[in-house]
Amino acid sequence: MSDAAAVPGGALDAPIPQPFPAHCLAVDGLVLERGERLLFNGLTFSLEAGELLQVAGRNGAGKTSLLRVLCGLTRPMEGEMTWNGVPVRRLDDGPGGHLAYLGHHNALKDELSAEENIQSQCRLHGCPQAPEVVFSMLEELGLGGHADLPVKLLSQGQKRRVALARLLLLRRPLWILDEPFAALDVQVIEVLRQALEAHLAARGMIILTTHQAVPVRGTQRTLTLGTGA
Amino acid sequence: MAQPRVQWFKFSSPPNFYDLSGRLIPWFGGLAAILCVAGLYVGFVVAPPDYQQGDSYRIMFIHVPAAWMSMFLYVLMAVYAAIGLIWRVKTAEVMAKAIAPTGALFAFLCLWTGALWGKPTWGTYWVWDARLTSQLILLFLYLGYMALHGAIEDRQRAANASAVLALAGVVNVPIIYFSVVWWNTLHQGASITVTSAPTMETVMFVALMLMTFACWMYAIAVVLWRARLELLERERRAKWVLERMGGKA
Amino acid sequence: MSALLRALMALLRRDLLLAMRRRQDALVVLGFFVVVVSLFPLGVGPDPQLLRSMAPGVLWVSALLATMLSLERLFADDFRDGSLEQLLLTPQPLPLLVLMKILAHWLVTGLPLVLISPLLGMQLNLDGTEIAVLMMALLLGTPILSLVGAIGAGLTLGLRGGGVLISLLILPLYVPALIMGAGAVDAVMYGSSPDAHLSLLAALLIFTLLLAPWAIAAALRIMLD
Repeated sequence: MSDAAAVPGGALDAPIPQPFPAHCLAVDGLVLERGERLLFNGLTFSLEAGELLQVAGRNGAGKTSLLRVLCGLTRPMEGEMTWNGVPVRRLDDGPGGHLAYLGHHNALKDELSAEENIQSQCRLHGCPQAPEVVFSMLEELGLGGHADLPVKLLSQGQKRRVALARLLLLRRPLWILDEPFAALDVQVIEVLRQALEAHLAARGMIILTTHQAVPVRGTQRTLTLGTGA
Repeated sequence: MAQPRVQWFKFSSPPNFYDLSGRLIPWFGGLAAILCVAGLYVGFVVAPPDYQQGDSYRIMFIHVPAAWMSMFLYVLMAVYAAIGLIWRVKTAEVMAKAIAPTGALFAFLCLWTGALWGKPTWGTYWVWDARLTSQLILLFLYLGYMALHGAIEDRQRAANASAVLALAGVVNVPIIYFSVVWWNTLHQGASITVTSAPTMETVMFVALMLMTFACWMYAIAVVLWRARLELLERERRAKWVLERMGGKA
Repeated sequence: MSALLRALMALLRRDLLLAMRRRQDALVVLGFFVVVVSLFPLGVGPDPQLLRSMAPGVLWVSALLATMLSLERLFADDFRDGSLEQLLLTPQPLPLLVLMKILAHWLVTGLPLVLISPLLGMQLNLDGTEIAVLMMALLLGTPILSLVGAIGAGLTLGLRGGGVLISLLILPLYVPALIMGAGAVDAVMYGSSPDAHLSLLAALLIFTLLLAPWAIAAALRIMLD
């Protein structure tokens, strides 16, 4: 806590109180074609609790597409995904109950304040948070004075922090992050890095794409797309 | 149990569909031509003039099959669209797309011939008759389907999205039809309908049937032909296309 | 169950809050409705009898066009800022979420049309009972317009010229609501009971309510695929 002033969000260094139960995601024989281009053919991998998977590959190799498939937004042509051994399509509450997705867009409503944005989305995801919790999270991320402002008045970096606060408050074991470090200033990158480490320490799982090499403590694996085609 | 399943998938696989339809199209086309000539001969030469309408009733031999076809084809299109959407059968998606222009053509033909028949009979090209009005709306539904298909670039997404539209349309078609009929009876009392032929002579019936089958054969031939081309385009990277095209070149 | 209910209420609340903070959007739709209806007398002449007989159709077609105009933004904003993706990822059933969005949309665009319709009805020489039936018909009919229109809004997400395309897709599907809605007012005008029309309109509303959310959910999943 001593360097909390220098790094907003220093409190995140402390491990998240309740670790997640151990989950396991397995992907088997994924085939996806986009715009008549075969992006991947028979992609297979698995991820255990506390692991981070970095999806690498050149532009257009299908990194974002893969993340969207894992989220359940895009339907693969073939292949199966299982969550703790249960096929994802047959899970009662869909993949959404287990994952939090941070895409290119922050998914924030310009006219609502940061707090309202987070509150409504947490309720939508079925994990409502007390206002104090939301405010303290925003404060930890260095948005203390901005929680009540309409999001349209915030800078890009601040908006990203709001999206990050949502990610943290959703308390999902699986994080799927698309270029989470892009367009962030050094401070926020550090906040995010700590959040990732804390998530892994709490037996969370992370799948992300990134161009930047960001050192995160924990088990890491890399999946490179676009080598088969 | 497993046997027919395999057969079905065998036919619906793109290369088999391509080969089989290639062999069938000439037959359907030929039948269409023969039936059409026969139907026109019976309709225009053998059948006697109507005692009330004279010769103008003969346009019915095109008008009525066109009306039937446009409705059947819409339902058929929706069925294929549903198969494509639910079971992701590529051939079904292609068939749904291929049916739309032919269905729209028949809807248009029906309206056009209806207008031509209306002038000598009612003294005006257009009346808000229940059948004509619902045909007009059906034509709009076809146009909407084709417009949506054309507006979406990604072929898979275009097929799925327009399938949803076709299903929404096919659920609505009966409602539209009955509400238009209801509207028509409320506003005009007992109105004249295009096909009021209480006692139809056998010859006329034969001509009508011949023309109807001619329209079916024509529709099948044209739809299969269009579906084949569409399939080639969609699958142009697939091995089976390269094999077949390589053989020809 | 209560988590689902809370999620649905949160969505309704969020959309209403957004509409409150962007009041202009709803007002534009209302303004469009009023202006279009007011232009008809200028086009067909001020003969009170003619206007009276045209009133049901004019009011209904204008309501239809106003709804059409407002629909384009039903999902478009959420689509642009990524909220729609997040909506699809929530563990709640999408058809119900969609229903909530449409409810919010109807409350801020459909309901105002119903409420202002007596004024426009008077402008077109409708009498008391006719206006009451008009309001009733619009009350039953505008939700149908929103529900069916939302299918079009979903299917044209992210397409160029989406607004015009929605009209082509959806206006033919509006025919039954138009016929029954305008017919109800016509019926009282000619001295018969509007009950049959209104019952059919109510039946159509229930039917649409049961089916449309699934079609819309499918459309959204396809367009976000």
